[in-house]
Amino acid sequence: MDSEFSHKAGQRRTAPAVDPSGEARLMPRRQFLAVSAALLGGVVLYSPEQGLFCAAAQDQVLHVPLRFFDSTQALIVGAAVSRIFPSDESGPGAKEAGVVMYIDRYLAGPYGSDRHRYTQGPFESGAGELGYQGKASPREIYAEGLKDLASFDCLEPAQQDKALQAIESSLFFSLLRQHTIEGMFCDPVHGGNADMLGWQLIGFPGPRMSNYDDVDRHFGEAFRLAPVSLGSGRPSEAEE
Amino acid sequence: MKTQPSVDVVIVGGGWAGLLMAKELGSRSSLSVLVLERGGPRKTADYFNTMDEVENWTRHRMVQDFSLETITLRHNDAQRALPLRQPGSFLPGTGVGGAGEHWGGVCDRMSPDCFEVYTKTVDKYGARRLPQDHSIQDWGVTYDEMEPFYTRAERLIGASGRAGNLRGKQIDGGNIFEGWRSSEYPLPPTKIPYFSSLFDSAAKSLGYHPYPSPAATPSGPYTNPDGVTRPGCTYCGFCERFGCMIGAKAQPTNTLLPVIAKHRNVSVRTGAWVRRIVFDRTPKGGKARGVSYVNAAGEEVFQPADLVILASWTLNNTKLLLLSGVGQPYNPATGKGTLGRNLTHQVSLSTVTAFFEKPLNRFMGSGGSGVMIGDFSSNVLNHNELSFIRGGILQAPSHGAGPIGNFGIVPKSVESKWGSAWKTAAIAYYDRTGRLAFQGEHLAYKGNYMDLDPNYKDYCGDPLVRLTLDWRENERQMANFAIARSVAVVRAMGAKEWTPSLGLESYDARTYQSSHLQGGTIMGKSPETSVVNPYLQHWQVPNLFVLGGSTFPQSSSARPTLAILAFCHRTADAIIDRYLKSPGPL
Repeated sequence: MDSEFSHKAGQRRTAPAVDPSGEARLMPRRQFLAVSAALLGGVVLYSPEQGLFCAAAQDQVLHVPLRFFDSTQALIVGAAVSRIFPSDESGPGAKEAGVVMYIDRYLAGPYGSDRHRYTQGPFESGAGELGYQGKASPREIYAEGLKDLASFDCLEPAQQDKALQAIESSLFFSLLRQHTIEGMFCDPVHGGNADMLGWQLIGFPGPRMSNYDDVDRHFGEAFRLAPVSLGSGRPSEAEE
Repeated sequence: MKTQPSVDVVIVGGGWAGLLMAKELGSRSSLSVLVLERGGPRKTADYFNTMDEVENWTRHRMVQDFSLETITLRHNDAQRALPLRQPGSFLPGTGVGGAGEHWGGVCDRMSPDCFEVYTKTVDKYGARRLPQDHSIQDWGVTYDEMEPFYTRAERLIGASGRAGNLRGKQIDGGNIFEGWRSSEYPLPPTKIPYFSSLFDSAAKSLGYHPYPSPAATPSGPYTNPDGVTRPGCTYCGFCERFGCMIGAKAQPTNTLLPVIAKHRNVSVRTGAWVRRIVFDRTPKGGKARGVSYVNAAGEEVFQPADLVILASWTLNNTKLLLLSGVGQPYNPATGKGTLGRNLTHQVSLSTVTAFFEKPLNRFMGSGGSGVMIGDFSSNVLNHNELSFIRGGILQAPSHGAGPIGNFGIVPKSVESKWGSAWKTAAIAYYDRTGRLAFQGEHLAYKGNYMDLDPNYKDYCGDPLVRLTLDWRENERQMANFAIARSVAVVRAMGAKEWTPSLGLESYDARTYQSSHLQGGTIMGKSPETSVVNPYLQHWQVPNLFVLGGSTFPQSSSARPTLAILAFCHRTADAIIDRYLKSPGPL
């Protein structure tokens, strides 16, 4: 078999599972999100600069490098996703799982700029069943949507909920909600689901190579396993 | 234009159909065979660390890049078609293996009456029962003729299942309504996870006839007649929309490539985007001289060949013939022309979402595992008492549920879609939710067809293919029937609450249905009503063959993949045993 290949038509699908898009590295600004480590309680985080690292509980504040948002935007998005998926009696939520970091990496990467969407014009509106026909990319939808949430992170929770109810039917909100779910339950290599908190909430064990011995057993009872991640689990302390 | 050295056979598309044909021709002849694939190379080892739901499920890593090419869609001729700008109701593949890499692996046979859909329906119910604007027609081949090829296809992929009709003898536990089989499945059925087992018991209690889903996710290690060995499925749950991490699920890369690699007369050239079939017109039709494509460097290349085989998925087969001016485009106003007609999808829907008291452990499963009933098939239902014709298969799949694709589904009693109440309910219901799925026949209509879009272009600057497609009353009534029956089944399964599907209105391209689009270059008995003959040979251009679901005159209730493989085997035999000895119409 021969193979002459580097066609644009096929490049994307041979990319590695973890997509460290070079694109965002070109962005001049580098801002950081300050995260209270006490709140996190010692979790595994992913950063493109450091790879996986462990945030020890004794550190007061972590400075997580941002790739798309500025720190003001990150605080707003962080506060908003925490109302969508709050920390409450049913367990930790979007804040602890680092959902804002997932969204930041998503928007900085190729999907944030619509690299794989059909973006040739003319842009026209038609029957709803034909799907999103707009020109705006996720980055643009976020940038525009965040204008409606100025100072959101300074509001009381009840006021925050009101502000979100006001935009509930917008495309921005539906993206925010979808990305919250993705950031809660993605493999931690994508920046969210820190310490596999999301998976622990719902009893999902992550990428396990075999369920052969269990798939036809445990009928009617919860079969729960300690989750594993693609990123080879918890890194050594030395990396921190 | 650069010209490559001539080959005996050029195959357009490196998916199930193209690579199976390459394997057959490469193994059984000394012909030089070249497969042109526009995507990248692939092999089993590429998948070992791809159990990543974000990449595969959400971002469609295995799917055709929609920024380069998509389709346009409208519901009827009066609308202006708009592009499907992101993957939606179906997921075409790209790269070596095509959509055969990310399929689910359900491999059922069509019921015998599907091949004679016009005759059998009219014989039983009269022509008056056919919808007014139908274009239903027979395939020009019968199930009895196809049976040996189905058997070969099942042996190729190591189909796992239980026969329900062995040479006419009904066997309980299999699908007793299926067509006869000359032999048992190559492998016993896959394991039955909890949710599917609840369906199995409930279906029996209601007098239905459940059977394990036929699966290309093998129940154990398997060595096929080519000597290719694959391991048994481990039910990891990362299956449909994924390549198999261990090479268990039958995929072109793990089933066909190992054989192709042994044959020096076969090569696969990736990064080759075929744009035209090059042919000389003659008074009777024409003769193909090869194809032209854009290569990795963006150069136009002419690839001469004596025999041209199109195997580039349903929509693109039609598009290539339209762009090349081969055959007469279908005109819905006059009914003249054949190319592009009989576009069908499939009535694929989740009929009901059911909520249970006990956890289902539904992260375990495979794309092929589940339990089905054939009691709503076209050959079982009595349509004199129903508001639709034909039918489908109802099933309780256990595909292995990932959290992103399945989190957040809550009963109607939970009103919020975000916030504490929703989150708490969604966590509680996450592993207590199951869905039944129905796959029904989508009838062929005069108004559902394909042509070239006048406004939107692909990566190469060629027009996109335009789908004019909508449901009719028959599909809506069939879906309503399936939904009502499904509700009774989940009640018998012990569900505490359930949300029935809203049914079908207009064709909705936003959410996934199935990748089972069919038609456009259909087979048939006459060049007046079909593009290829029942050997899938072009009526006007005898050294051109077309493979795949585009040749099916109508969708059936079965998944099309096994039939595609069966028809490929039949065409390979016809080419090797007859065509090569005397090139010309078969």
